[in-house]
Amino acid sequence: MARYIGKRLIYMVLTLALIATFTFFLMKILPGSPISSASKLSPEQRAVVEARYGLNEPLPVQYFDYMFGLLKGDLGISINQFKGANVTDLILSRMGPSAQIGFQGMVLGTVIGVLLGMIAALRQNSWVDYSSTLVAIIGISIPSFVFASLLQYWFGLKLEWFPVALWKEGFMSSVLPSIALAMLPLATSARFIRTEMIEVLSSDYITLAKAKGASGFEIAFKHAFRNALIPLVTVLGPMAVGILTGSLVVEQIFAIPGIGEQFVKSIMVNDFSIIMGTTIFFSVFLIVVILIVDILYGIIDPRIRLSGGKN
Amino acid sequence: MTQNLEKMPKGSFERITIDAEQSERISKPSMSFWQDAWLRLRKNKGAIVSIILFTLIVIMSFLGPIISPYEPNAQTITHANLPPKIPVIENLGILDGYGTLGGQKMDIYELKNVEVNYWFGTDGLGRDMFSRLWKGTQVSLFIAFVAAAIDMLIGVIYGGISGYFGGRVDDIMQRIVEILTGIPNLVVVILFILIMDPGIVAIIIALTITGWTGMSRVVRGQVLKYKNQEFVLASRTLGASDSHIIWKHLMPNVLGIIIINTMFTIPGAIFFEAFLSFIGLGLQAPDASLGTLINDGYKLLQFQPHILAFPAILLSLIMICFNLIGDGLRDALDPKMKD
Repeated sequence: MARYIGKRLIYMVLTLALIATFTFFLMKILPGSPISSASKLSPEQRAVVEARYGLNEPLPVQYFDYMFGLLKGDLGISINQFKGANVTDLILSRMGPSAQIGFQGMVLGTVIGVLLGMIAALRQNSWVDYSSTLVAIIGISIPSFVFASLLQYWFGLKLEWFPVALWKEGFMSSVLPSIALAMLPLATSARFIRTEMIEVLSSDYITLAKAKGASGFEIAFKHAFRNALIPLVTVLGPMAVGILTGSLVVEQIFAIPGIGEQFVKSIMVNDFSIIMGTTIFFSVFLIVVILIVDILYGIIDPRIRLSGGKN
Repeated sequence: MTQNLEKMPKGSFERITIDAEQSERISKPSMSFWQDAWLRLRKNKGAIVSIILFTLIVIMSFLGPIISPYEPNAQTITHANLPPKIPVIENLGILDGYGTLGGQKMDIYELKNVEVNYWFGTDGLGRDMFSRLWKGTQVSLFIAFVAAAIDMLIGVIYGGISGYFGGRVDDIMQRIVEILTGIPNLVVVILFILIMDPGIVAIIIALTITGWTGMSRVVRGQVLKYKNQEFVLASRTLGASDSHIIWKHLMPNVLGIIIINTMFTIPGAIFFEAFLSFIGLGLQAPDASLGTLINDGYKLLQFQPHILAFPAILLSLIMICFNLIGDGLRDALDPKMKD
């Protein structure tokens, strides 16, 4: 196990270094200048502005400065969106709303999805099963931005149950965005749990439990459910990716002051230190999530031996 | 009893013997893998309906801009912001050219003195939504199919080489893939779009730059599974070349998985294209794709919901179709599921 984790950590650092390098040089060849109204500046003024952000240094120097900064957790300073602000601070200050809707969406989606999938498996080929499959297909197929705009239109604008947008009413503001983000995990876990449950329910130990006279409820929850739940850990990684992708558009639609909204804005105004910072932040987040998921899977399911076997 | 039997006319019974040949006879026509798969797919109603629906959508995406009397990019400012109006159906009280203006429901066509009908209405620049919608569908599908085809090509070649030759080659190739898959897809796509001129080519390149890794892993796994099986060993012993083994023995076995995987890549590509367009990194005006149409529509959602509704419905339909076809094909082609 320790060897496996060590190997994964080395890969993680390697991947991150590659992403950082890659992002850095891509940003350098990005068309357009991050200094807004650059055309109006005289060459002298331009030089002053460039010197302030270290843009006048030779490329290798800029690169190593940036990489050393990264090691210290310093993502550089914003150039035009939030003049002179530290990108690390900017991202941290915007983490709250993003984390809240992401977490709520994930929990809501997984809980409902697991329940739906379970009921569907226990009542296989009944109308419950078909409707849960339908919900799952729709959840996977309808893009989060379409779903989010529908929610906003009906529950925000028409019915006025929840605020249409902005982040001013605490929990109430987070309801619609969380539901919009919950659709994907809901659909994924419903489909996944259904398949797993059906497989588990046909295994020998369930037959034995039935033969010993265990009630349907006991079999479903005590015996089948726990084993069906374990593999769900494997799809947590892809779900986190989905939530992150969704958060970019959902935050945009509901005007939530989160990381995703800031990222999209910084793309529009070419603020490359924020683009780079957020890219690296997203990458670290996803890579860590996937690593944790893989390790967790090895711990909770003793049948999986990560280090020994061949892949 | 015996007497009764004797009374029976001769020839009532016939002596038969068990013929060994007969018991080995195959009573049903033998079917190839693909015929078998087709039989199973045909039973899946969802998949069949999806195939028909998707075919109709493809046909309409080519036919739509032609049968509409208006050009997708032609602007008629006097006809801006018209709600949908379809002859015949308008009598049912829906899609009848009525819209709310200043809080009142009224016939916008009468108000603006428009004699012609716009089936799906017009946008803020007076462009016909019907022809724009189908033109946009065409573009979205084109991007998705080309991206999926490139993913498939690179993935199959890369995974095939890696799996077939194994050893050091496999080790090095897999390390590269491991690092590539470590980079979140979203980040790569956005970064590549940023440095290229926005457009169809940029989106396709961005989608395929790491998109092929999924396919390569699947193909490698399958090739690894089959390459040491007896039929391949037999073929090799008989002196078959590598290319013969790959094309004649491995490919037919891996093909099912490749098709299934591609069927799930396509909706992924459609989604990413729409996603990029929605956050403003997609096609540039006046070109339209489903994503840009949804983006335009979203901005006018409060006053002109129809501009969002049609592309959103169509996009969702296409995605649902592909997921159902993919599910159906997986059940039909995956022999593990054979009942």
